[in-house]
Amino acid sequence: MSKAVTFERGIHPAYNKELASGKTITAAKLPGRIVVPVSQHIGAPAKAIVHIGDEVKRGQVLGETSGFVSSPVHSSISGKVIAIADFPTAAGRMVQSIVVEGDGRDEAVEFKENPDYLNLSVDEIKTLIKDAGIVGMGGAAFPTNVKLSPPKEKTIDAVVINGAECEPYLTADHRLMVEHPNDVVEGLKIIMKSLGVSEGHIGIEENKPDALEAISSAAAGESSIKVWPLEIKYPQGAEKMLIKAVKGREVPSKGLPMDVGVVVQNVGTAIAVYEAVRYGKPLIERVVTITGKGIQEPKNLLVRIGTLMSEVVEQCGGLTGGAVKVIAGGPMMGFAQWTLDVPVVKGTSGILVLSEEEYVASDEYSACIRCGSCIDVCPMGLNPSILSIYAEKGFYEDAKDNNLFDCFECGSCAYVCPAKRPMVQFMRLAKSQVKP
Amino acid sequence: MGSEAKTHELVVSVSPHVRGKETVGRIMWTVNLSLLPAFIMSVYYFGPLAAYVTGLCVLSSVFFEHLYQVSLKKKTTIGDGSAFLTGLLLGLNLPPTVPFYIPLIGSIVAVVITKLLFGGLGYNIFNPALIGRAFLLISFPKLLTVWSEPTAKFIALDAKTTATPLGILKEEGLNQLIAVFGDKMTLYKELFMGHTAGSLGETSVIALLLGAAILLIRGYITWHIPFSFLGTVAALAWIFGAKDIETGNIIFFAGDPVIHLFSGGLILGAFFMATDYVTCPSIRKGQIFFGIGCGAITMLIRLKGGFPEGVMFAILLMNCFAPLIDRNVKSKMFGAIKEQKK
Repeated sequence: MSKAVTFERGIHPAYNKELASGKTITAAKLPGRIVVPVSQHIGAPAKAIVHIGDEVKRGQVLGETSGFVSSPVHSSISGKVIAIADFPTAAGRMVQSIVVEGDGRDEAVEFKENPDYLNLSVDEIKTLIKDAGIVGMGGAAFPTNVKLSPPKEKTIDAVVINGAECEPYLTADHRLMVEHPNDVVEGLKIIMKSLGVSEGHIGIEENKPDALEAISSAAAGESSIKVWPLEIKYPQGAEKMLIKAVKGREVPSKGLPMDVGVVVQNVGTAIAVYEAVRYGKPLIERVVTITGKGIQEPKNLLVRIGTLMSEVVEQCGGLTGGAVKVIAGGPMMGFAQWTLDVPVVKGTSGILVLSEEEYVASDEYSACIRCGSCIDVCPMGLNPSILSIYAEKGFYEDAKDNNLFDCFECGSCAYVCPAKRPMVQFMRLAKSQVKP
Repeated sequence: MGSEAKTHELVVSVSPHVRGKETVGRIMWTVNLSLLPAFIMSVYYFGPLAAYVTGLCVLSSVFFEHLYQVSLKKKTTIGDGSAFLTGLLLGLNLPPTVPFYIPLIGSIVAVVITKLLFGGLGYNIFNPALIGRAFLLISFPKLLTVWSEPTAKFIALDAKTTATPLGILKEEGLNQLIAVFGDKMTLYKELFMGHTAGSLGETSVIALLLGAAILLIRGYITWHIPFSFLGTVAALAWIFGAKDIETGNIIFFAGDPVIHLFSGGLILGAFFMATDYVTCPSIRKGQIFFGIGCGAITMLIRLKGGFPEGVMFAILLMNCFAPLIDRNVKSKMFGAIKEQKK
């Protein structure tokens, strides 16, 4: 296999993937009740089209798209709509959600299969993806069909599948690649076809040799698909860093991957695309890594969208006595939760429970001593040190002039900071006070 | 089991939720430790007096920081090792024979005036230990330029006073300096081991390099400042360092860079003082300019100035430029390239 590729700078946090990386994906129990937020994606929220008292089936549309950048939501179980109201979500906001009380029968609507899926037209493929409610499953949750419809002036020549999974602890993508490598490759082929691209790449960090092997053999017959081992480094899975590693191209400041002719999709998204186009299956379940030393039994579970985290955690033996922090997503960019009564949504890649021994208190910090560690690791080549000082002192315009908006909040600067400064918080504060 | 989960008090805070092990205290105490070889050599050459002077500097620095913060009802920060380090560096920059009030005054100027009054660690403009020493040198020029001979005897109270190698070089020229030590190789060797007159901790090149190696390996300092500093000194010493004895004119490209590299406070300054995080530029590329500036001013003073040694003033002058350098030398930003070929 070729030598591992990567980007400049970055950090090497403890990966702690061994907690869950050997755990085969198993289906979670059928939830008794689901809470489906109408906004699980970037863009306009879906518009609820069911009413309280309606009987719904698995796969039935609960909310339809309300704009170009939007995505429908579906019921992941069969049962009765019992409430449509604001509920807390993992990102901290209250979002209108449709609550379905399950009837235990798990009846599904009929899914239209397309055995000859590679001969569908581009428009048919995009419609299937859109109607299935597929969004980026790596965490950002950008509607996939929009990514597959770049403006005419942008020429796309390559698709990159993101199998880096650089967030410590998380193993969902890893397990998907090991257990369903063919689905990843088929998903990639569909995405390539929808973009009219003849160049496909799959990038996987070297700490997943079994995934590299499985994907390589699944893609063995495909001359247009290249599998890349990536150096083990955070944030290797950030779109811009991945494109730099695989294609050697730098997405321009404030630009998008399509500005350099590339579309990036996550491993889970590729499989969802395959299942939607091949089997007509909407995005109603996803693999979630439940891990950390604060959970009794780490697992990779296939969870119905809308299942409350408390129910998922229970199926992993519950929290240990020393559990102190529950995070939706990974430890670098995930959101700390104040309650477990929030639903698993399309972008929930993990539920990480940190124990006392893993937990680092972050309530005390001191002045920046300008050691430059953050500058040495910032993948965007920014000066987080000075940005944090500007934010701290309220000089938000100065922060903006120092490329504040190129920061994507990966947290590398905060990770290395010896003064334990809340760097990401400073960046968010400054961003909230000035216009890009 | 479900209800048990709800009884947990969950901590909510901003990402990232994992942090690296590095702390300010860990860095500062490691730097303190890396100066231990130089401290030991100072005691070896200059006797218990060296330990007394340095110890007094450390104690008074820590004491005055604590006193200042307690009396202003602030949280004391003596645990982070920075006051200790300032005291240690100040002590290693003093001659062995200073009276007891010199360390006390130096510590107050260094810690209280230069650091704490500016807002504490992170906000000071100048290297505290060097301002402390500069203040002492200007206020007590006689006391600060009495150099004892390094006897390498444990009890060295009877040590004679003498001149530093740079002092001899300045006043009497290279030939006299070589004559004092016998031959050139002996001179090099004595400079390298530290068996020369000078400030307590600056003379032993080998001890300082040992400490510097620790800092370089740990990644607490990088090559940028010390190497550009030393490189500039070596180059300028080689180009302008030689003088015609008869006429006093410069003989170009005939200087001796080794003498300039190994003598005075250069090694101590380049690895331990110029690299002070707070007062040097934080962008690596800018640090090279900073190092070159330090080297150029050092050699300007050594060759043309009134003092035999210029490291202290060079670093202090370049401290003024650090913010300016940081403002104008940007690191290479990702995606800054205007147009790319597709």
